[in-house]
Amino acid sequence: MKLPLRLTAALLSALLLAVGVGAWHLATLPTGGARVVDSEYARLVGAQAASGGKSAFPAPADLGGKIVEHLRQPFYDRGPNDKGIGLQLAYSIGRVALGFLLAALVAVPAGFLIGMSPLLHRALDPFIQVLKPISPLAWMPLALFTLKDSDVSAVFVIFVCSIWPMLINTAFGVASVRREWLNVALTLEVSPFRKALAVILPAAAPTILTGMRISVGIAWLVIVAAEMLVGGTGIGYFVWNEWNNLSIANILCGILAIGLVGMALDVLFARLQRAVTFPE
Amino acid sequence: MSFLQVQGLAKRYGAANVFEAVDFTMEKGEFVCVIGHSGCGKTTILNILAGLEEASGGVVVMDGREVAGPSLERGVVFQGHALMPWLSVMGNIAFAVESRWPAWNRVQVQTQCRTFIDMVGLSGAEHKKPAQLSGGMKQRVGIARAFSIQPKMLLLDEPFGALDALTRGVIQDELLRICAATQQTVFMITHDVDEALLLADRILLMSNGPGARIAEAVVNPLAKPRSRQDLHHDPRYYATRNHLLDFLVNRSKTYQLEEYRHEARRRRRH
Repeated sequence: MKLPLRLTAALLSALLLAVGVGAWHLATLPTGGARVVDSEYARLVGAQAASGGKSAFPAPADLGGKIVEHLRQPFYDRGPNDKGIGLQLAYSIGRVALGFLLAALVAVPAGFLIGMSPLLHRALDPFIQVLKPISPLAWMPLALFTLKDSDVSAVFVIFVCSIWPMLINTAFGVASVRREWLNVALTLEVSPFRKALAVILPAAAPTILTGMRISVGIAWLVIVAAEMLVGGTGIGYFVWNEWNNLSIANILCGILAIGLVGMALDVLFARLQRAVTFPE
Repeated sequence: MSFLQVQGLAKRYGAANVFEAVDFTMEKGEFVCVIGHSGCGKTTILNILAGLEEASGGVVVMDGREVAGPSLERGVVFQGHALMPWLSVMGNIAFAVESRWPAWNRVQVQTQCRTFIDMVGLSGAEHKKPAQLSGGMKQRVGIARAFSIQPKMLLLDEPFGALDALTRGVIQDELLRICAATQQTVFMITHDVDEALLLADRILLMSNGPGARIAEAVVNPLAKPRSRQDLHHDPRYYATRNHLLDFLVNRSKTYQLEEYRHEARRRRRH
């Protein structure tokens, strides 16, 4: 019997997951024998580790329990150091959305100008080439100093890291619009504004969306680090805070949530990309 | 005065002289074909007529006005159909119609589009995207788009070059019928001698580049209305066809040399 590829792949995925979780389960089983544990450390990590019987690393079942706990109450807010994981994710998504949107508002029109003008392209290229490889987090001190607000600084860092892929892709997409489509617009005496909107934008849209997809991916990578730095709220802060709490199960929940949201963002932009792609 | 006058047209790229001293005229309602080998600058001449390229020398005057830049008065059918793949058949034609008559409402635009979609026999395919059409159908949309703005003159750049022989024949027949019905003035580039004999009133023969010129203007002796089925029964068909082929095969290469010898002989006589 031959199963369809999709089903076979799904079964294999499930098998790999089961093997991984199984190995994890076995590795975190209580060892039974008494273990010599530093008393200071024991006090720090809690009674279980102090008894020596159980690893400080949570077993899959512990993580499962934690996940259920989080899912049951994702949006609670009990003060600055105790907020639900859903609420923290919402803060992070909000920052990424705001920074990304601001970046798009700058990058897409600027990319249009650069793509349409070889002069501007050459004049701005050295700046772009130097600014692009700078880690967005390197801007953080400068942002904190000038903007004087950690929340605004986090959004600024997202803005800075989102702008380059969008700018470069928009410029490339606009510059490589086929000559024949532009000639059609020319022979029809189409106004520059209508040409930009009705010919260049749809022709460059797939490339622009590719840039946006890369940008949002980078933004989601950067927000975690940025929030670890600025603190206060967000999933990055959540993970760091749980490290301070030494709750590894919660850290794992945070990591899992980061991965899932990142995947969702990527799927969203892949959908948008498909919607504007035209078959030739 | 003729409807279209081309005088002393020349194109140079740096030191390279593509063509020079190109002179010809066209009357209103006339169908003129240009035949010549690749690289002789046929497409460049068409682009200059369209206003998409600038000549290095000479002038083009259409209907009493100098051609400077592209205009809605000259419709272009491009070599590779140049349809916008994100628009439907209707959308592509509507883009042209809306450019020509910006004040028109939706109904007026759609009516105009329908007329020309019907004209090229694409009724029923209005909402298809170019990717869903065959090569022949795409080129029909290109033709409908050019006709839909009702230009004073139509410029066709080897519109059937990429089509198979069967499709080409069908669309040639359609173009012949449409041009007869609309009395359109057409300037067309082709490689195909039979196509020129079927469609054109006059055939301009271009010598090879560099320094290409219009060597000869052959008036098509075959009586109208012409049809693909009995074109070759006309007693003048083979003589004309041979003349055109001879030019393409032999004289297009040696034309400049011939001219040079003529010139030398004339000088010696004086």
